[in-house]
Amino acid sequence: MKAKAIFSKIIKNQIMIPLVALLILALFNLIVDPSFFKISMGLNSLGNPVLSGYLITILDCGSELAILAIGMTLVTAASGGQDISVGASIAIAGSVMLRMLCGRNGSRELLVPIFVAFIVALIVAMAFGAFNGVLVASFKIQPMIATLILFTAGRSIAAWINNNELPIVYDESYAVFGGFIPGIPIPTPAFIAVICFIITALVLKFTSLGLFVQSVGINEKSARVNGLNPEAIKILTFVILGACVAVCALIKTSRLMTINYSVIAKDIEMDAILAVALGGNALSGGKFNITASILGAYVIQALTTTLYKFQVPSAALSAYKAIVVILLVVFSSDTVRGWISKNLKFGAKKEVKNV
Amino acid sequence: MRENAVLEMKGIYKEFPGVKALQNVDFFLNKGEIHALMGENGAGKSTLIKVLTGVYAKDKGDIFLAGHEKAVAIHSPQDAQKLGISTVYQEITLCPNLTVAENMYIGRGDNVLQNWKKMNEDAGKLLTELDIPAKPTQQLGTCSIAVQQMVAIARAVDMDCSVLILDEPTSSLDEQEVAKLFKLMRDLKAKGVGIIFVTHFLDQVYEVCDKITVLRDGQLVGEYEIENLPRVQLVSKMLGKDFDDMSDIKSENKKYEAQGEKDHLYEASGLASVAANPFDFYINKGEVNGFTGLLGSGRSESVRAIFGADRVIGGEVKKNGKTVKIKKPIDAMKNGIAYLPEDRKIDGIVADLSVRENIILALQVLKGFFKPISKAESLKFADEFIKLLEIKTASTETPIGSLSGGNQQKVILARWLLTHPDYLILDEPTRGIDVGTKVEIQKLVLKLASEGTAVTFISSETDEMLRTCSRLVVMRDGHVVGELKDDELTQSKIMSTIAGGEKNEG
Repeated sequence: MKAKAIFSKIIKNQIMIPLVALLILALFNLIVDPSFFKISMGLNSLGNPVLSGYLITILDCGSELAILAIGMTLVTAASGGQDISVGASIAIAGSVMLRMLCGRNGSRELLVPIFVAFIVALIVAMAFGAFNGVLVASFKIQPMIATLILFTAGRSIAAWINNNELPIVYDESYAVFGGFIPGIPIPTPAFIAVICFIITALVLKFTSLGLFVQSVGINEKSARVNGLNPEAIKILTFVILGACVAVCALIKTSRLMTINYSVIAKDIEMDAILAVALGGNALSGGKFNITASILGAYVIQALTTTLYKFQVPSAALSAYKAIVVILLVVFSSDTVRGWISKNLKFGAKKEVKNV
Repeated sequence: MRENAVLEMKGIYKEFPGVKALQNVDFFLNKGEIHALMGENGAGKSTLIKVLTGVYAKDKGDIFLAGHEKAVAIHSPQDAQKLGISTVYQEITLCPNLTVAENMYIGRGDNVLQNWKKMNEDAGKLLTELDIPAKPTQQLGTCSIAVQQMVAIARAVDMDCSVLILDEPTSSLDEQEVAKLFKLMRDLKAKGVGIIFVTHFLDQVYEVCDKITVLRDGQLVGEYEIENLPRVQLVSKMLGKDFDDMSDIKSENKKYEAQGEKDHLYEASGLASVAANPFDFYINKGEVNGFTGLLGSGRSESVRAIFGADRVIGGEVKKNGKTVKIKKPIDAMKNGIAYLPEDRKIDGIVADLSVRENIILALQVLKGFFKPISKAESLKFADEFIKLLEIKTASTETPIGSLSGGNQQKVILARWLLTHPDYLILDEPTRGIDVGTKVEIQKLVLKLASEGTAVTFISSETDEMLRTCSRLVVMRDGHVVGELKDDELTQSKIMSTIAGGEKNEG
């Protein structure tokens, strides 16, 4: 009986959804082709030792999505809606960063330290986040509609910042953020993501962000009577998402050493929202679990990588992904989970009878 | 059935878990009669209406309708509709972005094809007949609220209704609009429709109704001809005069000894919010005072203005003799004021969060964003108050939404006690709470007062107010109409002040 209670508690735990999804993907790969789990050590073109393998790819390429999932979870929890402009905002932040680094005439030397360029991009991205936040919180526009503005205009703004030119960074030190730190075989984005997770954990521990965001998301009126300022808190979540966007822009532009305004971080907003949903967070806001969202992000990356491995043509990738996502979402829905735990209960009862 | 009757409800019982909402209630409605259904909150008015309209299934009892020999079975609002029982609710339930005619006929035709021209013509005819100032093709949203209300009534009337239920239709209307609505009601009355009118406004009852049925605590108090029931008696029947035999707990507690404070603890002059008319008010240390008046009299709006819960638009506020600005709840909290809201579902609980998180919320907001209360500390607070107020919860981590109403209320009370306010406002703290707990809360209020906390206590139950308060501010229709203290604190005095107008004390 007690074991059953624990089991039922585990099944109802939010974090089980992405965890089980991850497990299923792993199991599938294990059965079909165990080479999925092979990790090998090699040297890259610069002669540095690097790890490679599908798992490393997931860890590497899932970073941006996982970082975005943090901000998206908070925005979702506080405002009960999603920001669909993050892809476009990444283009803007990346463009600002390259403009700072390369200047107007495409200098081969770095004009400012990378750190300074990043801070400027960070401020810009947070300002755009605040813009979305004000539209949502103060003007009470539905988040998806409010962010549709930047979704539509963002990539044009990004192109305009650099006069529609594509600056190229020649300084190899910039490649570190999307590549490898010399001598360390694990890709840098994984480290950046971990740093972001740690900062988030610290913020949640040492501030009241979690309690306030959830209060506003669950019952805005009650939050107001309890002295909170719901508008300010909603705007804050959008600003935090802006910061996540800037970090993603750093990684993305560093991977390419340049930018492509119409392609960079394309459709990433949908994956970020999906990560939140796969994490079992209600898209209508309220209680949230950031760890679950982060796991959700890696589930999506694992799925993408798996599909690539089986050489699904890139044009058909989205269709395959959609099928798997539908399955994941349906099976993680309350209806199906309730049904499963109910039927498991019946099973348990029968056993007792047989005894 | 009686002659002339259109509706008879006999021996209706309805029970919810833990609450006997209706016990052996009879209700009779005649043809061409406007019949007021009166009672304070929780009296069972809305339950009776919902039984009649098929929203709730009754446990026992029969409903008879004119033209039906046997008792009718009403299992759903659609059934009620078919039997000619129509309801117009307080909030407009029509679609503002459709036209008036569309709203009148939406969802009624059986055929898929709609003859728009005929529909508009029919609507036009009905509107002129009922003298409603709206065009069929006009968008409903462009009409005034009163006209929208009337369109809703027209829609109900057109469905051949013999019983029309108006549930608080006037609460968002101004005087002229109310007059228009009353004219329509009288027209319908002349046409033989039986109208059940639910309202909290006494003046309106006496203006338009023929009969009054009073409910209290789920039981029928009586049915009266309007001429035979003076206001004072109506109020006393609604509130219930009978004292219960609980001891006078006021005398059990020591009074707080004033320690030479010169100023009032809290003083407001001309305080007004978007919801409350300007009023003056003060309270001293260790005093328990109350705002009384019927529901909708403005008592809740006034205390909300004190706390800044609604937008404050004027007035001067002094705390301990110093002028302070209280525009938002956080201002009030910083000045040591706490407020237990009337509607705990909307303004109180954060349903999905745990009991523990709900308890620390206000204190956490006061402490600020960067000083979170540690888990260990919050557990300590939660355990302390769960024990102190005897909150029945599975654990500190149980979501508050899964607790019973009374226990939710205690959690919210704990939340505010934790902020250690020197002025505590309690709006209906005992609503929906069993008698034992009620007395506990009253005792707690008096204990806090004896320790120097000022308390404003609002309750729909007058005897509860009399037991705890030493001074009562009486409100009617949004204005303060009197202040009672010492010897004036009696049931009859309160009722006559609430009723106002008529002076006959019979």
